[in-house]
Amino acid sequence: MRVALFLTCVNDTLYPDTGRAVVKLLNRLGVEVDFPAAQTCCGQPHYNTGYRREAEPLATHYADTFGPGLASGDYDAIITPSGSCAAMVRELYPRMGERARSEGRGGRLATTLAPVIPKTYELTEFLVDVLKVTDVGAYYPHKVTYHPTCHGLRSLGLGDRPTQLLSEVKGLELAELPGAAECCGFGGTFAVKNADVSSAMGTDKVRNAESTGADVLCAADNSCLMHIGGTMSRLKVGMRPVHIAEILASTEEEPLA
Amino acid sequence: MSGTFVGMPAFPKAAHDAVRNTTLRANLKHATHTIRDKRERAVSELDDWARLRQAGKEIKDHTLHHLEHYLVQLEESVTAAGGTVHWARDADEANRIVAGLVKETGESEVVKVKSMATQEIGLNEHLETEGIHAYETDLAELIVQLGNDRPSHILVPAIHRNRGEIRDIFRKEMGSWGRPAPEGLTDTPAELAEAARLHLREKFLRAKVGISGANFMVAETGTLVVVESEGNGRMCLTLPETLISVVGIEKIVPTWQDLEVFLQTLPRSSTAERMNPYTSTWTGTTDSDGPQNFHLVLIDNGRTDTLADEVGRQALRCIRCSACLNVCPVYERAGGHAYGSVYPGPIGAILSPQLRGTGSEIDASLPYASSLCGACYEVCPVAIDIPEVLVHLRERVVAGGPATRNGNKVMLRPAKGHAAERAAMRAATWAFTHPAALATGQRLASRTRRFHPRTAPGPGKAWTATRDLPKVPAEPFRDWWKRTNGGKETNK
Ligand code: SF4
Repeated sequence: MRVALFLTCVNDTLYPDTGRAVVKLLNRLGVEVDFPAAQTCCGQPHYNTGYRREAEPLATHYADTFGPGLASGDYDAIITPSGSCAAMVRELYPRMGERARSEGRGGRLATTLAPVIPKTYELTEFLVDVLKVTDVGAYYPHKVTYHPTCHGLRSLGLGDRPTQLLSEVKGLELAELPGAAECCGFGGTFAVKNADVSSAMGTDKVRNAESTGADVLCAADNSCLMHIGGTMSRLKVGMRPVHIAEILASTEEEPLA
Repeated sequence: MSGTFVGMPAFPKAAHDAVRNTTLRANLKHATHTIRDKRERAVSELDDWARLRQAGKEIKDHTLHHLEHYLVQLEESVTAAGGTVHWARDADEANRIVAGLVKETGESEVVKVKSMATQEIGLNEHLETEGIHAYETDLAELIVQLGNDRPSHILVPAIHRNRGEIRDIFRKEMGSWGRPAPEGLTDTPAELAEAARLHLREKFLRAKVGISGANFMVAETGTLVVVESEGNGRMCLTLPETLISVVGIEKIVPTWQDLEVFLQTLPRSSTAERMNPYTSTWTGTTDSDGPQNFHLVLIDNGRTDTLADEVGRQALRCIRCSACLNVCPVYERAGGHAYGSVYPGPIGAILSPQLRGTGSEIDASLPYASSLCGACYEVCPVAIDIPEVLVHLRERVVAGGPATRNGNKVMLRPAKGHAAERAAMRAATWAFTHPAALATGQRLASRTRRFHPRTAPGPGKAWTATRDLPKVPAEPFRDWWKRTNGGKETNK
């Protein structure tokens, strides 16, 4: 199996370790990974802030970057370690195409997007549903609590896929997070536009995480982790935010630093 | 706290104080978490919840699609049953009609059962200017009225008050509105309820005019329906000689059979009960039983404009159960008042800017009063995709576009204050469609990483007031990929 990695703009710029972890993990599971260099951003920040028309060229760019490789059979799927970006492609791209059509701007956008939409997978979804593995041979001797991000939980319906994967990790002790389903308060531009409320939500999330006694808070989206981690750092809480890909990539021979 | 919403500041400003008010936050957290857990249990009892939700959505969509037809049918049935139907285009017209009807009776007092529609149009304030006193009889609504406060929740308007605060309000205010609070009133629920009962009883027995809203109107028979927990509404509906019901045009269902769906989903979503303790229905007038005059005032007040919007019209499916408020993490922290409308929480954030337009500061800020977490959509018993409408309204705010106002198609201009953001978004679109430019930017950020502060000035300030920024890595992923040929050539 060969896949294209859609790392997302946030991960590429700020969290390259997550990208390396995905490559390492997938290679270990016998999946060849390609990184189409033309990739940039799925357009989620634009779309969710109300700039739908500005998001359209980015959706087209996504389709142009990944579409040809899918069509030619160069790869079988597009994998992204970001629940919210996967949700953008799978849930909102169809909607964007429809809107463009209903505004009489032809069906070109919808047609261009159609092939990449069903082939875009969030990482844990790909592992459990497509590769059909839950034991990825990882080793991570830490107490971990898992925060299911809103897009992963409600838009994509990841369910217990991430925790299935985590509970098979050797040495890992999984601690249940109180109020897990509640939003951490990131919400993209919400974190800046409504900073007071966003911070209050983030603080509650961190306090809940702290109460588990875990030393690591794990999620499948670095944007939420950036907000939660930034809050932890400010509150001087002795916990680390870690992306699930990095935990799953960690092995006894090559443990996560 | 004033009784009106005029000149409300934008949501972030209004929320600022609420977030810091620890009593308010504790009251809200306790109340919303209790009810959301109970709701969850009440809903999971039904194995056909998903189908009921779908059915509710479809009935409402069908009705909205043929609204004119059902409204005409309703008018015919109400008239045939001995009632009179009045049509009000906006709040002013509705207020004028109601005040006129009350004056015709020669009365200067009315009793009211809790009604969102009359709050929406500011009926009490208008009646007051005409010398007519309106007494709220719903317990929570009474607390709000006595406290010269504003409602902060659809179902529990006084959710932001705790028992001690309520006792103080009763002691201080009841006397000037009618029967005073009993001597030595404590804050036990039973005593508070008894004080309210005695105070209200006087008014029920005296009142000649009652004003109500309705949860539903059944087109086929002209029947109106109110569901409630206390029975005070039933008193308002049956004791006075004249009953005036003020209802939004979207509250219609075609048949009694349709009603069956909502009588299951509404109580479970709102109060976590299997059935409402009181379900009252009334149809026109009946000789020597109940009100002898019945008037139905149907209000539009922005509803047909909302109906004209392809994405936003789903907000009109709302049955005001308030489940979305109770699960909303933003509502829980900001409180209901911050939304500057009788419709707070997620539904308020999409309904108010549609009914009132996005012209004011508060209305333009409401679509952003959400992290788009989707919890509201998940619980909504008529499946309103609130996040979808929020994003749609954000677009209206920042980019303008087509809308309908007062029945006219208009091209809205972007709201003020978004020019810098729009420029930034456009610049980002440009960079993101030019990968080489993006890579250069990333490299620059990495090379200057030692100089990046963990707190930032400008727009970043709001972020770094409470959160540290992540450290910029030494090398963006794309450079690592290129340098190591996808990690194959060297492991560093
Ligand atoms: S939007 Fe849905 S959940 Fe919210 S009050 Fe209306 S019906 Fe209830």
